[in-house]
Amino acid sequence: MSDITAATGMNQPRPTVRKARRLANRLSPYAFVGPAIIVLFIALIIPLGYMIYGSMLDWTASQSIGEADFIGLKNYTDLWNDPRFMKSVSVTLRFAFIVVVVELLIGVGLALLLDRDIKGMTFLRTMFILPMMIAPVVVGLMWRFMYHPTDGTFNRLLEKMDLPTVDWLGQHALMSVIIADIWQWTPFIFILALAALQSLPRSALEAARIDGATAWQQIIYIKLPLMMPVLIVTALLRLIDAFKVLEVILVLTNGGPGQETQILSHRINETMTEVRHLGEAAAMANYLLILLMALTLGMLAFNNWQEKRAARIRAAAEEDV
Amino acid sequence: MPRIRLEGLVKRYGAVEVLHGIDLEMADNEFTVLVGPSGCGKSTTLRMIAGLEDVSGGEIYVDDVPVSHLEPKDRDLAMVFQDYALYPHMNVAQNISFALRLAKRPKAEIDAKVRQVAGMVGLTDFLDRKPGALSGGQRQRVAMARALAKDSGIFLFDEPLSNLDAKLRGQMRAELAMMSQQVEKSMIYVTHDQIEAMTLADRIVVMHDGYIQQQGTPEKLFKQPANKFVAGFLGMPPMNFLNCQIEARGADTFVKGDGFALRLRGEIAAKAARHARKEVTLGVRPSDLSFAGDAQPEDSLKLDVKVSEYVGAQSVLLCACGDASVTVEVNSETPMALGETLVFEVNPARVHLFDRESEIAL
Repeated sequence: MSDITAATGMNQPRPTVRKARRLANRLSPYAFVGPAIIVLFIALIIPLGYMIYGSMLDWTASQSIGEADFIGLKNYTDLWNDPRFMKSVSVTLRFAFIVVVVELLIGVGLALLLDRDIKGMTFLRTMFILPMMIAPVVVGLMWRFMYHPTDGTFNRLLEKMDLPTVDWLGQHALMSVIIADIWQWTPFIFILALAALQSLPRSALEAARIDGATAWQQIIYIKLPLMMPVLIVTALLRLIDAFKVLEVILVLTNGGPGQETQILSHRINETMTEVRHLGEAAAMANYLLILLMALTLGMLAFNNWQEKRAARIRAAAEEDV
Repeated sequence: MPRIRLEGLVKRYGAVEVLHGIDLEMADNEFTVLVGPSGCGKSTTLRMIAGLEDVSGGEIYVDDVPVSHLEPKDRDLAMVFQDYALYPHMNVAQNISFALRLAKRPKAEIDAKVRQVAGMVGLTDFLDRKPGALSGGQRQRVAMARALAKDSGIFLFDEPLSNLDAKLRGQMRAELAMMSQQVEKSMIYVTHDQIEAMTLADRIVVMHDGYIQQQGTPEKLFKQPANKFVAGFLGMPPMNFLNCQIEARGADTFVKGDGFALRLRGEIAAKAARHARKEVTLGVRPSDLSFAGDAQPEDSLKLDVKVSEYVGAQSVLLCACGDASVTVEVNSETPMALGETLVFEVNPARVHLFDRESEIAL
């Protein structure tokens, strides 16, 4: 680019001026991203390195980092034999996969139902995405009140209907936490699925109607396959988020009862503030980071693959016009 | 093949009525073209026949059975869309066979049908390509093949050629004309292109502002337009219109306008004679004016040649006749210079007169 602009300059300037200009042209992109790179370095790279180093120390909260002994990967290997860590990994995985699958089903289902022009639809859509805009701590508090064993909305309702009450945050704690998360985050999938639906080619759906497809067949053979790229990225985004969830659970159950709802980020927080073993907490955080990196890379790879495929198809089309 | 009949077909969007009671009857295996400027209601009519738009009033009959309450899939029709409407995630063979697969036809039959129609439109080598990997013309063929594979009695086209470049459009038009002779189907074709309408149609239906202006064979519409709109819409370059008044002079009837007085002959003279002193519009096609220096003044127009557009064997002259402008089609060999005032003889059998107020032909 810069070579072309310099070489085809209208009134050829002197060689030194041209050289300087070309150099400035080449350097300007770096000047623009410079500030971002500095922020990234200070706020991300340094803490990350600090955390990786810390994870290799036998380091408690009463020591400064210099006083701690270096123990290599011992924190990491110890964790594999720590039943409490393994339990929280299992809770996290169960929570994340159930939440994403159910949210996908409900979100896409709602989008398919509401993708039509009826009166008040704008209002309904706004109502549907409201939960997403509420701060997670508030969501946690709200649901804690609703789940309250005697005064909560649910149990009072059940009592009124002469049904047995449910020990929401006791015996069914994980389910209750999952329900709260589904309530809050289904709208995210709903709006993305709806956007995907509305960008589908209308005429292809009309062609399918003429070809004899019923409403169900249109969904299965046309709408879902065409929405799939958006849905895959949405699901991965939600999965990444679900692995990081903390506030709602902190407020609702504080990881309990026992370890029933102790997801990984809660366990990390507890190891740091209560067990006060900073090295182990850092090692756990790194495990979570590796998991999330794998998911993110998977998502980027999927996007990349899609773009490459689209480019290949376009190239084939241009070849034999 | 099925006969389609529209009876008082009305379409309203809210309070706005866009189709005002369309009555139309199409014969067996007829190629009917709905033509008109954009917004005239032709596409809406087609989409109502297809079942993609609700009917606000009136009824659609197929073989005398009312169908306007039926789903598109129950109407025995296939359709080719303007933007092709292919399924982007399916390859060509899957696109073509979608309807057959939904109908749960045996696999061998589907394969045979796909090969047959792909051969008809020249797509045999592209069966496993996705639509994204096809050129515009090829996508158009896939859309055609998909409609053909369905084997339905009614074939609908919604401006199928308007997304193609001029050369390809001409080629596809010829192929379509050939195909329409091979397959026995009732075809309804919507276009805004009057050349497509003239070349393809058994029957042209000219629409404007939600009304049918006139219907009939291309030749009838070209030679006997029912009103000024139809006269001006069909034919390229379009018909010339000159304001004038009917005058009886002895036994002869004249039309007198700004800078001309033309003697009418034959049938049109007899019609005009009944409307003496009436304000009318004279219509003459550019091809019905011929350069003839020695023509009588009462048989000719005197025109100032302003611009000459050379289009090959023919040239189109843009001329002035008083305040009005007149186009003339002449052989390019005709010797003339710009700025000259020349005499052009009017073909007396091809003169049209329209009521100035109602614009209906006399």
